[in-house]
Amino acid sequence: MENQPRLAVPRAFDANHPPDAQMIDTCVHCGFCLATCPSYRVLGTEMDSPRGRIYLMDALNEGEISLSQATAGHFDSCLGCLACVSTCPSGVQYDQLIAATRPQVERNVERSVPDRLLRALIFNLLPYPRRLRPLLLALIPYQKLGVQKLVRKSGLLQKFAPRLAAMESILPAVPASAFAAPMPERVAAQGKQRFRVGMITGCVQRLFFDRVNRATLRVLTAIGCEVVIPRSQGCCAALPQHQGQSAQARQMARDLIDSFADSNVDYLIINAAGCGHTLKEYGHILADDPVYRERAAAFAAKVRDVQEFLYWAKILVPLQPIADGPLAVVYQDACHLLHGQRISLQPRQLLAQIPGVQVREPVDAALCCGSAGVYNILQPEIGEELGRQKVENLLATGAVLIASANPGCTLQIRKHLELTGQAVPVRHPMELIDAAIRGVKVADLPAS
Amino acid sequence: MPTLAKRNWRAIAQQMEQIVGKSGVVWTPEELLVFECDGLASYKQRPALAVLPRTTEEASRVLALCYREGLPFVARGSGTGLSGGALPVEGCVLVVTARMNRILAIDLDNHQVVVQPGVINNWVTQAVSGAGFYYAPDPSSQSICSIGGNVAENSGGVHCLKYGVTTNHVLGLKLVLPDGEIVDVGGPVPESPGYDLAGVFVGSEGTLGIAAEITLRLLRSAESIRVLLADFATVEAAGSAVTAIIAAGIVPGGMEIMDNLSINAVEDVVATECYPRDAGAILLVEVDGLAVEVEATSTQVEALCREAGARAVRSATDPAERLKLWKGRKAAFAAMGRRAPNYYVQDGVIPRTKLQCVLQQIELLSKKHGYPVANVFHAGDGNLHPLILYDGRIAGELEKVEILGGEILKLCVAVGGSISGEHGIGAEKRCYMSDMFTPADLETMQWVRAVFDPKGLANPTKLFPTPRTCGEAARAESEARFAAVERF
Ligand SMILES: Cc1cc2nc3c(=O)[nH]c(=O)nc-3n(C[C@H](O)[C@H](O)[C@H](O)COP(=O)(O)OP(=O)(O)OC[C@H]3O[C@@H](n4cnc5c(N)ncnc54)[C@H](O)[C@@H]3O)c2cc1C
Ligand code: SF4
Ligand code: SF4
Repeated sequence: MENQPRLAVPRAFDANHPPDAQMIDTCVHCGFCLATCPSYRVLGTEMDSPRGRIYLMDALNEGEISLSQATAGHFDSCLGCLACVSTCPSGVQYDQLIAATRPQVERNVERSVPDRLLRALIFNLLPYPRRLRPLLLALIPYQKLGVQKLVRKSGLLQKFAPRLAAMESILPAVPASAFAAPMPERVAAQGKQRFRVGMITGCVQRLFFDRVNRATLRVLTAIGCEVVIPRSQGCCAALPQHQGQSAQARQMARDLIDSFADSNVDYLIINAAGCGHTLKEYGHILADDPVYRERAAAFAAKVRDVQEFLYWAKILVPLQPIADGPLAVVYQDACHLLHGQRISLQPRQLLAQIPGVQVREPVDAALCCGSAGVYNILQPEIGEELGRQKVENLLATGAVLIASANPGCTLQIRKHLELTGQAVPVRHPMELIDAAIRGVKVADLPAS
Repeated sequence: MPTLAKRNWRAIAQQMEQIVGKSGVVWTPEELLVFECDGLASYKQRPALAVLPRTTEEASRVLALCYREGLPFVARGSGTGLSGGALPVEGCVLVVTARMNRILAIDLDNHQVVVQPGVINNWVTQAVSGAGFYYAPDPSSQSICSIGGNVAENSGGVHCLKYGVTTNHVLGLKLVLPDGEIVDVGGPVPESPGYDLAGVFVGSEGTLGIAAEITLRLLRSAESIRVLLADFATVEAAGSAVTAIIAAGIVPGGMEIMDNLSINAVEDVVATECYPRDAGAILLVEVDGLAVEVEATSTQVEALCREAGARAVRSATDPAERLKLWKGRKAAFAAMGRRAPNYYVQDGVIPRTKLQCVLQQIELLSKKHGYPVANVFHAGDGNLHPLILYDGRIAGELEKVEILGGEILKLCVAVGGSISGEHGIGAEKRCYMSDMFTPADLETMQWVRAVFDPKGLANPTKLFPTPRTCGEAARAESEARFAAVERF
């Protein structure tokens, strides 16, 4: 059958942890995973589907093809949403395959100069709140003086630097809270103490979604948690980890473990889906580190997504209605919760506990919204199309409020709501639970 | 016609780019690699180009270009076919329909939808279920296989026992013929005079042209649906339950059997926790219709199962529960990936009455050849799917497994059945066609093909045996077995 000559090239992956050939062999090429793959949905090309990518990995392992820029482009186009892992009936762990592939691409593929610059900018800026904060200060005049409007209107950035334009377009208005006093390092439980938990505040979350962190803190204390929030904590490493920047990721993971070293907590609570997924992977990330290996595994075992935790621990305080009359809410599944941590029921059931809330189900709930960490900055065209589809599906449910538990998704959905001229608010489920505990109406919450 | 080696593919790719845009043409060898096989991954051939049109118009221009240049073309939907139908042929243009994925019109008053071929089977039901309708043919691959692929393979599914296969649900087709011409066959009116050309096209496996727009019939969702799951100590007992149900005049929506090996493979991966691991076989029966009717029939089915020796029968009417009972069945093929590096799925049909005897024979063949065979099948219509487990990394294994598969198919023909229920002939089973058809039969089919495709460009070498693809060995073998049958 093989009539065409195979290209004679040396092994295209280097020997440092290439994707596992045995894992690749469990793929039976059935194609089921194509159904929920967002990049395939937009592009329709087999190379941009999980099955195609696994096929490419296999060929690279076997040295049948080379790791050219064209090949690497199809790994870059993967959103890392892990929908394929949920869908695969053969149990192929694509998450591990792509995690092994990304560093290979980073090491062995020469990227173009603009691509390198953009990536350097992202990796040296976003995961470091201390570097980001002064930059945000500079942004305020940009946004407030109408320069932003002008830039967006001119379309120049879009034309000459589409990826910078994408980055610019998801920039939320810089909230004053980004410069507010940091959260206290320890807050006592209200009423009888049931748990002692650590709270991981996230890097983007901390600056842009300080309100969500404060709501989370209030909810946790209200249900009986003493909360520890070490000020020394940095980024959880999700950002570099998802892009194959392994060394940077490992360092950040070690730093975070150190921040919580003496905290003596029962659980570590995180309210951002993407971070939670990475935090639970610490055992893997530091598996080769003889000093941190065990500490990392122990740390990971304590990590709980806040919704997973609340559902398990139960909200033992009364919840009040958050609207006058019924409130139709659609919950947007963050990939790193749904596929990465298998958490889908808990957030829905928590929301349904709020009196008057009706939870609606959108079509293609399992399909990524196109945000995927920094994906919408690196691959704007695919990100745009997915964002458009997602908002269309969410609105089609007739919901008047969207609940989203991941900062990336929230920014993406807000942007696309704005593009369609819709004024539907997007809130973190914790903001809603917090409102229900405090007896505040959503309409009266400070604007997003 | 220039020889293959001399073709300037770069120039052709550029012309294709003018039709479908740059992003719609794949031409680098490393990217084309992923198109070298479909769901039957043991057959491989890289295409020379892959082209992704978005509209009927673009598809027509792509085929017209192929026609002018004398290029063979192969259509591909989602690439889940199990007989190598979408396997490229040497030096071909692969026409991928994945971007032709829009539902063009929904006409609920007349129970119809018009879709592009790349629309996924499931999406049709998803789009109309809110209004109380659904699209009946439901292959296990329905979450990802395309309507174009379903039409080409005349696909069936678990509900085809009662409602018929794809051909019973295709009303009309807009075709792009191999010369690029666009024609309409069939139409929105169910009965039309003249030749049933839509009927000819359905099941043609991409050898007559490309289906570019498809008018499908919708059914009203049943008032009530109940799924029963009965487990038996042996496959034979499950088989006799099926015979008893049919004999009682009951036509369930679907009736499926899975044997012990399949049950365990599925439980390993999907963990439905509803299929008992120690059962010799499970029987899934779906009963649908008016609530009272479903109630009465279910009671009857349950009694018949118990009479046939069912150890336990459970049932579900709640949609989520029903889905759970079906989930393992739908994932059965792919779940084999955990049991063995490769599986080879056969697709034979036998008269229902021969079920027990054929299953015993398959078991003997499995022992004789030394490969485990898992059985999953549409029991109601006698459509068997024996899955032969093997390790393709060992040289020569595939060939041995194919011989075993061939023997199973011949067994089906020998008891009065067929070599394909729903997966098509494609590249894989073309050599067995002459076991089923006389030379005159096959020649008649060739005439039909030539009318649509005089230059022989549409999915050439598929569906029919040719000396090149089947070789003398295959032929001598079948001649020895069926010495009395004439062939060519
Ligand atoms: C796990 C698994 C389970 C399956 N279960 C079933 C089942 O229960 N029942 C069943 O019937 N099948 C089943 N199949 C087989 C397969 O899914 C069907 O044959 C399906 O119809 C193929 O659709 P596709 O879009 O993947 O087509 P492809 O595999 O891409 O193509 C199939 C054939 O159709 C042709 N074709 C594709 N599009 C067009 C078009 N627009 N116009 C003309 N020709 C075209 C191709 O040339 C090829 O010959 C299963 C497959 C798998 C992997
Ligand atoms: S669903 Fe799993 S086995 Fe099937 S093609 Fe995708 S990865 Fe492979
Ligand atoms: S992780 Fe998401 S984008 Fe990547 S292959 Fe899987 S489904 Fe597709």
